[in-house]
Amino acid sequence: MIPAPFEYERVASVEDAIQVLSGTPDAKIIAGGHSLLPLMRLRLSRPALLVDIGRIDELRYVREDGDVVAIGALTRHHDVANSGVLQQHCPIVSYTASLIGDPQVRHVGTIGGSVSHSDPASDMPTILVALGAELVIAGAGGARRTVAAADFFTGLFEPDLATNEVLTEIRVPKTAGRGWSYLKFNRRAQDWALVGVAALAPNGAGASIALTNMSDRPMRASGVEEALAGGADPATAAERAPEGTRPASDAFASSEYRQELAKVLVRRAIEEATGR
Amino acid sequence: MAVTEKYVGRSVLRKEDPELITGQARYTDNLTVPGMAWMAMIRSPFAHARLKRIDTSKAAAMPGVVGVFTGADLESEWGGPLPFVWPITEDIKVPVHWPLTTDKARFEGDGVAVVVAETRAQAEDAAEAVAVDWEVLPVVTDLEEAAKDDVVIHEDLGTNVVVHWSHGGGGDQSIFDTADVVVRERYVGPRLIPNAIEPRACLAQPVPAMGEFTLFSATQIPHIARVTLGGTCNIPESKLRVVAPDVGGGFGSKLNVYAEEALCLALSRRLQRPIKWVETRSENFVATIHGRGVIHDVELAATSEGKILGIRVEELADMGAYYQLLTPGIPELGGWVYMGPYDMQAYWYEFTGVVTNATPTDAYRGAGRPEATYVIERAVDALARKLGKDPAEVRRISFVPKFLEARTAISGLNVDSGNYEETFDKALELAGYSDVRAEQERRRASGDVRQLGIGLSSYIEMCGLAPSNILGALRYAAGGWDACTVQCLPDGKVVLKIGTSPHGQGHVTTWSQVAADTLGVSPDDIEVFHGDTSVAPLGMDTYGSRSVSVGATALHFALEKIKDKARTLAAHELEVAEEDLDFEGGTFTVRGAPDKARTITDLAVSAWHAHALPAGFEPNLEATAVWDPPNFTWPGGTHVCVVEVDTQTGGTDIVKYVAVDDCGTVINPMIVEGQVHGGVAQGIAEALFEEAMYDDQGNLMTGTLTQYLVPAASEMPSFVVDRTETPSTTNPLGVKGIGEAGTIAAPPAVVNAVIDAVSHLGVTHIEKPVSPERVWRAIRAAGGGAT
Repeated sequence: MIPAPFEYERVASVEDAIQVLSGTPDAKIIAGGHSLLPLMRLRLSRPALLVDIGRIDELRYVREDGDVVAIGALTRHHDVANSGVLQQHCPIVSYTASLIGDPQVRHVGTIGGSVSHSDPASDMPTILVALGAELVIAGAGGARRTVAAADFFTGLFEPDLATNEVLTEIRVPKTAGRGWSYLKFNRRAQDWALVGVAALAPNGAGASIALTNMSDRPMRASGVEEALAGGADPATAAERAPEGTRPASDAFASSEYRQELAKVLVRRAIEEATGR
Repeated sequence: MAVTEKYVGRSVLRKEDPELITGQARYTDNLTVPGMAWMAMIRSPFAHARLKRIDTSKAAAMPGVVGVFTGADLESEWGGPLPFVWPITEDIKVPVHWPLTTDKARFEGDGVAVVVAETRAQAEDAAEAVAVDWEVLPVVTDLEEAAKDDVVIHEDLGTNVVVHWSHGGGGDQSIFDTADVVVRERYVGPRLIPNAIEPRACLAQPVPAMGEFTLFSATQIPHIARVTLGGTCNIPESKLRVVAPDVGGGFGSKLNVYAEEALCLALSRRLQRPIKWVETRSENFVATIHGRGVIHDVELAATSEGKILGIRVEELADMGAYYQLLTPGIPELGGWVYMGPYDMQAYWYEFTGVVTNATPTDAYRGAGRPEATYVIERAVDALARKLGKDPAEVRRISFVPKFLEARTAISGLNVDSGNYEETFDKALELAGYSDVRAEQERRRASGDVRQLGIGLSSYIEMCGLAPSNILGALRYAAGGWDACTVQCLPDGKVVLKIGTSPHGQGHVTTWSQVAADTLGVSPDDIEVFHGDTSVAPLGMDTYGSRSVSVGATALHFALEKIKDKARTLAAHELEVAEEDLDFEGGTFTVRGAPDKARTITDLAVSAWHAHALPAGFEPNLEATAVWDPPNFTWPGGTHVCVVEVDTQTGGTDIVKYVAVDDCGTVINPMIVEGQVHGGVAQGIAEALFEEAMYDDQGNLMTGTLTQYLVPAASEMPSFVVDRTETPSTTNPLGVKGIGEAGTIAAPPAVVNAVIDAVSHLGVTHIEKPVSPERVWRAIRAAGGGAT
């Protein structure tokens, strides 16, 4: 219930955060805290220092930037869900944000926190992979690097993020007019997905299909994409959904069932995306 | 001022709610007293392990630590083991259950030591530093495996099979050989984990000089806790006061007496300081009782027309690692109602209780009756399927006909009254039964991915626990009476002190309505005191849907005594004979001279100043009644659930839920509907979501609210709630009780609906909770369904 003892420092800028992180082993960034605090309360996570970046207001924004929409890492899920810019230019992002957790979670949790946590059962990483989004990361000495979402998620709770780096921005391509779908299958509305499927209709570049919770990281359903590119109908293409997946068997569902669900949801997502 | 308005039968707004919704309620965790220290438990991480050595030295040296105590350190504190009050057979084997175990841990969460520290955080930090050497032992959590005794959990008992109870049967058992059809089914009911919003909590405050103790506890049963904890902790009952402040839900999980209460009391004596403990949610999952955990084999005999003739049930019931307060009594309680509302000629029930390396089980909302109702109602649907009949028709031709005087059921108990067909007809009408069946046919014919299913559940339950002589015959240690004191104060206000003890039910409002009507005052003029053994010393607390039928009836008789006493005084003051007085709306008037009158308040004043009382009249307008019910009460009803099942994913959506209940006379319809809503939600949870799961090492895999799927409002449909009112013959108010009905009725209604949705694909059975994967597997196993 009560976390193990830890130090706490609130920082005013990304630079300060990086400096503090660089000087303390076993430090953790906290933003909304909705992934970290439950683990700390169960004493499954015991950081020596929490670096609170939650008051860095300049990381809270959604704005157009040419062909992309740039989202500040500290933007709360609620604000992502209700962003007019996203609703107009990239509705799959705003819609999916509205499915995360419950209203209390959405009002406190941040998109950057969720992405950095790199939980394969989370929804937003899958959307970013489907979209081919880019992530902007700040490092020591004013360094900035940009990573493709597909490369950022390297394993279970393993983002491509050094201990003294901070994710600052998520850049999603505008999808105006492109059909989309995100189907999240879960037992309760507030739960993580048993399986989730993101689909973007072909727009010259071919359809993009990505899966939630079917591996240790969000993944593209390449077999399905390939079949669609070859002219297969959605039902036939969807049969290839399990290819390359390694879903868990746990208290909620067997891996066999998850693979069957993926087929059904991929077909439905393609149908919804192409019909929208 | 006399009020002539009547309140019983009206949805009076709850008097409790302003403090609850403005955060001014007083839960145990809100209490802080001077000198208070905090207790934290050290629990076994293993389901079965011998305790080799406990090293407390590191913890003892940590900041703020007052002391670290093992079971051995506290042995001298106990007058006896933790209470177990329902030894249901003469030859029952009773596992010894100390507040802290000293030889081995028998379930994950079994307590082995405690830390006391100045703050809660210090106590939790130090608890982590207690080093325990364990020798891990083979584990058994599966009921049927445990019964084989390959792993014996209590060596001194020599077996895990600790109790066998047989109802003994009723009627003509040869029916099972001669009936046209006998349906044989097996149902598994997984363990459920109660999750009251307020977890358990207690605070023990000693008065060392007087040898007195006050225990504040989030409990349903302050009176029973007082007498039993007095025994465990060697404290005379007269020196122990137990207070249940505002309590945030119980559902049976707080109808118990727990190790932590005994430990706080003992440590408050040892350390001469107040000791507080508040359960974490994680602890709630392992250390508060679980419910259900049963396997049933059932035979249902019927004619080829579907008229039900008899039921025969054998149950295997999971006791857990120890008995808690009532453990083996729970299946026994259910053992009287497996006939449901049906007119049968034969009845048989027996159960075997088995200990396992898991959290003890005990009463959970419904307590035995949901188990029984699930079995009969699933079996009735199986019978209808076997005969190719409409499950509604099978039920209709099998109901006990309407009866308004008590009637002996096939299980041998007297049922107070019943009108099952009327509630049934009303439920089917509200559900649009024939329209839904037609829509179901259309979807079946078109091969729709989303198939429609309709589930029925008709139930009865025995409530109003209970006639003391019957409890005695069932070997329960206590009685089933309750008590109420009514005091009419000279300022016109009325105080009720009652022995029931609520945890969300709205007792203050309901009791105020009853008293207001008799005394001719407003409910707002009435103060209700309960849940404190010093304020309301006589009582048997709140469980088993007993508060209205036993507690409010005690209130009724106390009000009768007040009326009698007031009549004597009114006659004296008005100088007429008592029989010349009329009484209405709290006012006595002289028949034929209505201007000559005395209100209850007038009489309370003169009884208080006592200046001119009749000879022999005791000052004050005050009376106490203790009521022992002559019978149980027997609510009943029918619930109808309509679901849509996605035949490709196995997902279920409830599209309509109709509950028509008959709980006798209704005092506050809004509160009754609230109970139905909550009960049905809990029943839907049992049917679709909740299930405790252990791995093969006996670790609870569903030990957080992430893994243990308590549904939220988003998962609930809107409920259509209606009722019939068939007054009980057990009490003069005609009330029966409603706290458990929804939880009893809903699980089979929902599961029957899901099976019905896919029965045309060849599915005849799915275990609960009917998760999407279970539904998908059932469809696939039956060879049906498209993907």
